[in-house]
Amino acid sequence: MAGFVHRHRWLIPYALMAPGLLWLIVFFVVPNVQMFIFSVSEGTLQTGFTGPPEAWYPQNYPNAVAKFEENFVNSLVYGGLATTLCFLIGYPLAYTIAFRGGRYRNLLLFLVIAPFFTSFLIRTISWKIILGNDGPFLSVVRDVLGVVPANFTVIGTPLAVVAGLTYEFLPFMVLPLYVSLEKVDRQLVEAAQDLYAGPWRPGGTIAGAICGGALGVALVVGLGYSGLVGSGVAISTLAAAGMVGAGMGGAVGTWLISQSFLRVTLPLTIPGVFAGSLLTFIPAIGDYVNVALLGSPKTQMIGNVIQGRFLNQNDYPTASTLSFILMAAILVAIAAYARVLGTEDLGASAA
Amino acid sequence: MSSRASASVAAGLGPTGIQRLTSTIDRWLLPVYAGLAVTYLMVPIAIMILFSFNDPIGKFNYRWNVFSLDAWADPLARPGLAEALGNSLLVAFIATTVATTLGTLIALALTRYRFRARSATNLFIFIPMATPEIVLGASLLTLFVASASQEPFKSIIPQGLFYPLGLNTILIAHIMFNISYVVVTVQARIRGFDRHLEEAAMDLGATEWVTFWRVTFPLIFPGILAAALLAFSLSIDDFIITNFASGTTNTFPVWIWGTIRNNLPPQVNVIGTIIFGTAVGLVVLATLWSRRDAPRPVAATPAARAERTS
Repeated sequence: MAGFVHRHRWLIPYALMAPGLLWLIVFFVVPNVQMFIFSVSEGTLQTGFTGPPEAWYPQNYPNAVAKFEENFVNSLVYGGLATTLCFLIGYPLAYTIAFRGGRYRNLLLFLVIAPFFTSFLIRTISWKIILGNDGPFLSVVRDVLGVVPANFTVIGTPLAVVAGLTYEFLPFMVLPLYVSLEKVDRQLVEAAQDLYAGPWRPGGTIAGAICGGALGVALVVGLGYSGLVGSGVAISTLAAAGMVGAGMGGAVGTWLISQSFLRVTLPLTIPGVFAGSLLTFIPAIGDYVNVALLGSPKTQMIGNVIQGRFLNQNDYPTASTLSFILMAAILVAIAAYARVLGTEDLGASAA
Repeated sequence: MSSRASASVAAGLGPTGIQRLTSTIDRWLLPVYAGLAVTYLMVPIAIMILFSFNDPIGKFNYRWNVFSLDAWADPLARPGLAEALGNSLLVAFIATTVATTLGTLIALALTRYRFRARSATNLFIFIPMATPEIVLGASLLTLFVASASQEPFKSIIPQGLFYPLGLNTILIAHIMFNISYVVVTVQARIRGFDRHLEEAAMDLGATEWVTFWRVTFPLIFPGILAAALLAFSLSIDDFIITNFASGTTNTFPVWIWGTIRNNLPPQVNVIGTIIFGTAVGLVVLATLWSRRDAPRPVAATPAARAERTS
């Protein structure tokens, strides 16, 4: 026995990995193959399916994309906005924890992951309470400040869905950013400062203003503000949103973007930015709980369609087609990441 | 992010009002921003706890009415809730045990051996974590359904194993999505670990088996414990995947999803609060426990402080 082990040492890692990898192959890879087969089949659970190898129905793909184009667009827009907002909230937070956390660092990290200790459904229900017509958010914004009209609602709008998604996935953005920020060698930053990489005042203000203004306009257009108020988006609304965004962005840019940050810290943390964005965007585009609880039939994302087709309508071919499109898009994104930044840090930044 | 630079500029020019204001903003802007962000993360949790003490008007616990301890006095007073919670705990225990074992073995192989498929395996482990939960759940459902109706699965897989759906399929799903998280958590722990300790044990005559159990395992145990805690909390919280794999069986989140169409009792918040409190308590205990063995700075111990002052 000992002799055998000694002669075949190279087998040990494979033997250690075998049970776990086998589980993943049988319950992750094989199901995806089966899902692909369903995606090029026809029929329902009741009538039975006809599909490969007898008959292929590749036209399911263009048909599904055409039919659910709106839901794909919703997913991409809401997911993209949520990822951007997570980055804007998450980067300064991760930076503060990594560079200025001091003895509160572990406490702050713990608070960042604390939402994971409550049920995701209950957290979303809490948002429904907060954003509801009688909830604290509107009672401040509508009743106290009077910024919005009396018939203004948040629940049922894209705004509520994006707010829910941003909340839900913020920790997935912060943790990889923190991991990469913590690795930054402080001496490099100090060296840059010694070499006169000081505040980037006019540049930071301008860059911040442009980004902030663009985000303000994107929020208004992307969220279909018109749908909330019942008329088209007025140019004045867009301009106001752009101005507010530019003002805030400019202020942030002025105070927070220094040359040492721009040229040293930010480039060193790009892997964390990519990992965080992937880990936020991917689950966000597949989510269906936020729309179901906070949105309306108009805000349906692709996840809602997949869920409904699988569990209520038993339309497996369409649902499989849509899921497989999602899966394929993600594989492409991961392959691009692995190609550019390597595989070693993938898991480390996710953990 | 520019505090140092502008502070030194301000010092060089003398503390005029504007410069003092500048350096104050520089010092406080980020901490205040981070504080607001953390508050944002905490608000829904606070709302959950607060509304567990609500006595709602009507069937839905969405509007604050009046403080009440009724729900806390009888947290399981809803049909099916106790059973759903029991299922959640059972699934979480079994799935955590199995996934932690399988995942730790993979992590050991990946960090302690050099072999050709290593980098490919790392990537393969990452993919399930990056896949949207809806795809994981939906694809598992297609396998389970196919095992009852489609060839070749129909003849390979024993009837009744995967279909009808139930606790067995929920367990399969939970073990599957937990393995990757366990691998990366344990891996992170093993990376920072000193191989010389093992070599020393072997030099002193310990066999590989003894070395593993007396040296390696105790050193990586905190990592395994952290992974198990993570797996348990992921498992007990999971809704999206479970919803696809559960059929008519309820876990706690699936039960909430079913009830929310007709009513939402405060009991949901009570149990959510209990789960949250337990998880936080366990993490605090685990932190204290792992700190127990860590070398403490001499000045920090009360005995040392007493010695210095006397």
